[in-house]
Amino acid sequence: MERGMKKAQVVIVGGGPAGLCAAIEAAGAGARVVIIDENNSPGGQLFKQIHKFFGSFEHKAGMRGCTIGARLLEETKSLGVEVILNAPVYGLFKHEGGMVVSYAQDGREKAILGEKLILATGAGENALAFPGGTLPGVMGAGCAQTMINVNRVLPGKRIVMVGSGNVGLIVAYQLLQAGARVLALIEAAPYIGGYGVHASKIRRAGTPILVGHTITRAIGKAQVESVEITGLDENFQALAGTARVLEADTVCVAVGLSPLTELAWMAGCDFTWIPQLGGHIPIHNENMETTIAGVYAAGDITGSEEASTAMEEGRLAGIAAAEALGLAAGRTKEMKLEIWARMNALRTGPFGQRRFEAKTQLLGSARKAAQ
Amino acid sequence: MRVIHHPILPDAPVPDCTIYYDGKPIPAKSGEPVAAALLAAGVRVFRETAKKRRPRGIYCGIGRCTDCVMIVDGQPNVRTCVTPVRGGMKVQTQKGLGEWKEG
Amino acid sequence: MSVPETAKDGIKFTGIASREELAACPGITTGERFEKGPVAVIECVQEIPCNPCEHACSSGAIVVGQPITRLPVLDGAKCIGCGACLAFCPGLAIFLVHKNYTDTSSLVEFPYEYLPLPAEGSLVPCGGRDGDFIAEGKVVKVKQTRQNDGTALIVVEIPKEYFMDIRTICRKETYHGQG
Repeated sequence: MERGMKKAQVVIVGGGPAGLCAAIEAAGAGARVVIIDENNSPGGQLFKQIHKFFGSFEHKAGMRGCTIGARLLEETKSLGVEVILNAPVYGLFKHEGGMVVSYAQDGREKAILGEKLILATGAGENALAFPGGTLPGVMGAGCAQTMINVNRVLPGKRIVMVGSGNVGLIVAYQLLQAGARVLALIEAAPYIGGYGVHASKIRRAGTPILVGHTITRAIGKAQVESVEITGLDENFQALAGTARVLEADTVCVAVGLSPLTELAWMAGCDFTWIPQLGGHIPIHNENMETTIAGVYAAGDITGSEEASTAMEEGRLAGIAAAEALGLAAGRTKEMKLEIWARMNALRTGPFGQRRFEAKTQLLGSARKAAQ
Repeated sequence: MRVIHHPILPDAPVPDCTIYYDGKPIPAKSGEPVAAALLAAGVRVFRETAKKRRPRGIYCGIGRCTDCVMIVDGQPNVRTCVTPVRGGMKVQTQKGLGEWKEG
Repeated sequence: MSVPETAKDGIKFTGIASREELAACPGITTGERFEKGPVAVIECVQEIPCNPCEHACSSGAIVVGQPITRLPVLDGAKCIGCGACLAFCPGLAIFLVHKNYTDTSSLVEFPYEYLPLPAEGSLVPCGGRDGDFIAEGKVVKVKQTRQNDGTALIVVEIPKEYFMDIRTICRKETYHGQG
C-alpha cells in the first residue's frame, strides 16, 4: 500500500438511497465514512422520484422521493460524511486491514482503503429488442424520468410507454404532469404489473392501458415517427388483425431492472440466481454482509425493489458495519430487528410476497454458504 | 422542449449559456447534461453508427449504454448524458468512431 | 383510436376498480352515510404496503392496522368529511363526496397534480375513472396548501346522479404543451 493512501473506516460505493442511509447509520455510530459516486451529484435516483412514496407513515411514506433525498443529504452532511463525486470505481483489491477501492477522478487514478466496504451500486434498466429499437426517440423510462424531473426537458411530445410495472406507470404519469401526451401504455402480460392506484391515475388522465399488447416496431428514418403495436394471445404470439400504428415520437421502455453487480463479482462475492430479484444476486446474510467478510451489499444490487426497501437495507448494512468495527451502541440488536420488521412489512401482500420469498431464499443461501 | 412550469416542482431555471451543436448556437444551462440541452433544442440524433450509418440518440441516460456519444470539444466518444454543459462547448454529431483532433 | 375493452374487468386488468371491487371496498361507506353530509371515499382495493391515510385522519375514522398491507377501513360514523386524508394518499385514491350539496347537485373533491389549475367559478368538463367526459361541473374551490406539498385539491359541483362516477377534470382534450 502506498504511504499516505486515503483511509476510511467505512467506504460506500454509490450515494443513492441505500448508500446514504448506510452512511447515516455508520457515521451516526461514530465511524469515519466516505461515499464514492460516479455521478455529478449524490442522491442516486431519488431526486427524479417526485411522487409521494408508499410505505409506513412513521418512515417517511407520503413524502415525495425528492424531499426524502434532500433530507438524507442534509443528514449525511451534518454527520460529516465525505462524498466523492464524479468518481467511477473500477477496482477492488483485498488488502491487510480492509479493501482498497480504486476510482477515477478528474482523469486521474485514485485509491482509498476502507476497513469495511458497502456496495450500494443500484440497478440499471433492462432493454427490449424490437425492430427500430435503436432509433433516436426510443429510451429507457428512467432516462425520460431524469430528463423531465431533474433536467426539466421533455424528451418527446407523444409517448408510448412499454411496461406496466410501477416504473412504467409512474413515469407515464410524470410525463403527463410534465405536459407530454402518453398515447398508450402497453403490457405484454395479460394484467397490469404495478399498483392499481398508479394505473388509475393515468386512466383518469385519459391514457389507455393495453394489457396483452407489445411493440412490434418503431418506424422512422432518422428518429421515431410512429410506433406499431399488436395484441398478443395467451402464448404471447401476435394476434392477427390487431396490429395498429400510433402517431408517437417517443417510446419509453420500462421492462424491469437488473442489479449492477460488477463490483460484487470483482470483490469475489458468491452469487445466486434469483430471477424475481433481477438475476444474479450477491449472497448476503441478515447483516447484509456478503460471503466476503467486511464487504456488504445493500439496495437494488441485492435485487430490484423500491427505494423504501433500499433505504432500510442501507441502514442495516451501516449498523452492521459499525458494529463490526466495534463502534455500535447497545441498541444495535433491537435496531436491526426493527428494520427487519419494517422490511418484512414492505414485502407482504400480493405485490410483496414473491420478493419476500426470494429474499428468504437469498438468506438461506447465505446460511448454506456459511456452513 | 423545456418544462418551465410544473405542477409539483418549482419553476425550472432558464438557460444561462450557449453551446454549439454542429456549429449552430443553442441555449443551455451550465451543469446540465449536454444531452439535455440538445433534447431541449429538439436535437435527438446524436451520432451515426460506423458500419451502417444508422442514427443513434440518448437511451439509458446514466452513462452505461454509450449510445449518446458525440464529439465534444474535439474529443470523440464523450457520453453526453453524463457530461455537464460548460458555456461555449462545441458538440458535433459523431460519424462512426469519430476522430481525435489534436490540440 | 378507440381503446379496446380488455377482456377482463377489474383494476388489475384495466387500471380501474370495477363496480364489484368498489362495492366490496372497506374504504367506501354505506349509502345512508352519503345522505348525511360530506364523507371520504377511499378507493383502495389492492393490498399494498401503505398507511399514511390512517395517520392523516385526526378523527380516527380510518384504520389500516398491521400489517400495513391491509386495506384501509373507513368508519362512516367517525368521518367528519374534513378531507384531510386526500392529499396524504400517495395513490391519489381518496375522494371527498358531499352528495346532498343542493337538491340537484353534489360536490366531489379530488387531488389534481396537473397544470393548468382551473379557476374557481369556471365550468370544466368532468370525467370518470376512465377519463371520459361525463358532465360539466363548476369549480367551487381550488385548494393549495403547503402541507399538501404540490397536490392541489379541487372541489367541483356536479349533477347529483354522478356523485359516485365523477373523479377528475377531463384531460383528454386539454393536454398543455409548453416551451
